[in-house]
Amino acid sequence: MNSIKFLYAAYIATWLIHSLYVGSLIGRYRRLRQQKKELERGQSR
Amino acid sequence: MKKAFPILAVLTALFLAYAFYQALWVAPTDALQGDVYRIIYYHVPSAWTAFLLFFINFLASVQYLVGAKCSTQRAANWVVIAIGIAGFIAPFIPQVRQLLPTGMYPSSVTTTALIITALYFLIGKYFPGQSLDVLAVTAAEVGVVFCSIVLVTGPIWARPVWGIWWAPGDIRLTSTLVLWLIYVSYLVLRRFSDSAQTQKLAAVLAVFGALDVPLVYFSIWFFRTQHPQPVIGGGGSIDPRMLHVLLINWMAFLCFAFLVCWSRYRLEKLRREVEETEALESLLDPAGPPAASSAAKVPFSRGPK
Amino acid sequence: MLATLSKDIRLEWRSKDALNAMLFFSMLVVVIFVFSFDPLAEESRHIVGGLVWVAFLFAAVVALNQTWARELRNQVLDAYRVSPAPANALFLAKVLGNFILVSLLEALMTPLFVIFYNLRVLGPAWQLIPVALLGTWALVVNGTFFAAMSLRTRSRELMLPLLLFPVSIPAVLGMVAGTTNILTGENPAHFYIVLLLTYDVVFTTACLALFETVLQAE
Repeated sequence: MNSIKFLYAAYIATWLIHSLYVGSLIGRYRRLRQQKKELERGQSR
Repeated sequence: MKKAFPILAVLTALFLAYAFYQALWVAPTDALQGDVYRIIYYHVPSAWTAFLLFFINFLASVQYLVGAKCSTQRAANWVVIAIGIAGFIAPFIPQVRQLLPTGMYPSSVTTTALIITALYFLIGKYFPGQSLDVLAVTAAEVGVVFCSIVLVTGPIWARPVWGIWWAPGDIRLTSTLVLWLIYVSYLVLRRFSDSAQTQKLAAVLAVFGALDVPLVYFSIWFFRTQHPQPVIGGGGSIDPRMLHVLLINWMAFLCFAFLVCWSRYRLEKLRREVEETEALESLLDPAGPPAASSAAKVPFSRGPK
Repeated sequence: MLATLSKDIRLEWRSKDALNAMLFFSMLVVVIFVFSFDPLAEESRHIVGGLVWVAFLFAAVVALNQTWARELRNQVLDAYRVSPAPANALFLAKVLGNFILVSLLEALMTPLFVIFYNLRVLGPAWQLIPVALLGTWALVVNGTFFAAMSLRTRSRELMLPLLLFPVSIPAVLGMVAGTTNILTGENPAHFYIVLLLTYDVVFTTACLALFETVLQAE
């Protein structure tokens, strides 16, 4: 059945979008942590 | 609180897996559409979650705006209480009951009105001051993610079932599109605005968006009456087993949305903390080199004023 | 409020350059549409409603983008912020000024459309007037408000249409469908006129209620 491909596409698309977003959150979190460490190092100097 | 996160994450993942199993294997096959209809178990819960998140953003925005003055805050509180009471009593009055669309139970109107009131006061209580704005931006961003999923899975579902990707008179999908556009413009405003009062402006935009949505709904509804549309899966009653699986998936996605929002909330708090520290540092040491390189990396929406 | 309005009109009249440029831009938009959408096609009457309002929308955005520019240059907004005069008076004056300006642009573009597309109105032509007035007001009231909101954003000129278009969608639907119905005479346009009226009332109220907040925010 050709239409089953659409079912797979929909489920894959959903989790792809969620993964991309959660991935961007993790990336932003890491960058901020890095920034915070740099600031703390700068302050303690 | 933070230690609970990994446990909750694992539990949510299990719940989602269980919901996935239910959606694909336990739910019965649709007589008309075959197995493709199972997209509904991801499409509809995402829509309900997105609408709930946008509604939370709306409540938070209203609270943020009325919170500026004590008088407006008190007035708003009374209005919300009135909505709760009206929703509690009105649907049971015969004249009002007649006005309800067929299939809508009076008790669901009551529950919705009470939830609105409860949510409003809970948000006010647990998110004081700046946290209210952090909640607003969190709800908006995660809401846009879920809304995007609705807009992607919608056409994917429509194509095999109706033969077309998009029906211009499809009132639900078009309203969702406008809602998505409004909230994307909300996020863009937040990112591009340099004013010290970005938060207030964004809250105003959220209110405008909320006023717009019913108008969008009715404009398309009337447009449809004049332009015959392909017959879209009519409002027939849904098989209770399907409804059961639908609700399971919704609960699973709500848990997931909760965790994502929590993460985004913490991220936003961290971002503001870093921003304030940098601002303070540049005030104390105007020639400080460490702040220069990092300032270039993160585009700040509010500069020190 | 009338003082602000008359001052605005006088200033605009004196700086005819900007006005002429806007008029020319509007004409160009019409010409581009004429080349893009075949006027001789049988169905042209069905799409002209949409074309006309898209052209008006572009012209309105161009006009609205500079609406607060003069105030910003001369720090007039700061004066308004500290004055006891209600902010709404300033807002209404601005909206009325823009309304007149955009109506002028529309009045120029309409005969061009009629000529190029050989338009004949098959429905009740007088209904075009409420549609045009209400539709223009819808664009201008929200446009002026969002222009004020965009003042302190980066890419100010981009921000205005970005904020304006999503919120204007029901109004645009009303304008286009109403105009199309009147031109083709196939369906009544009453509901769309009521829709536009509702939209205008709701958003004019919202703008008046919230303009103070926006003004203080800059």
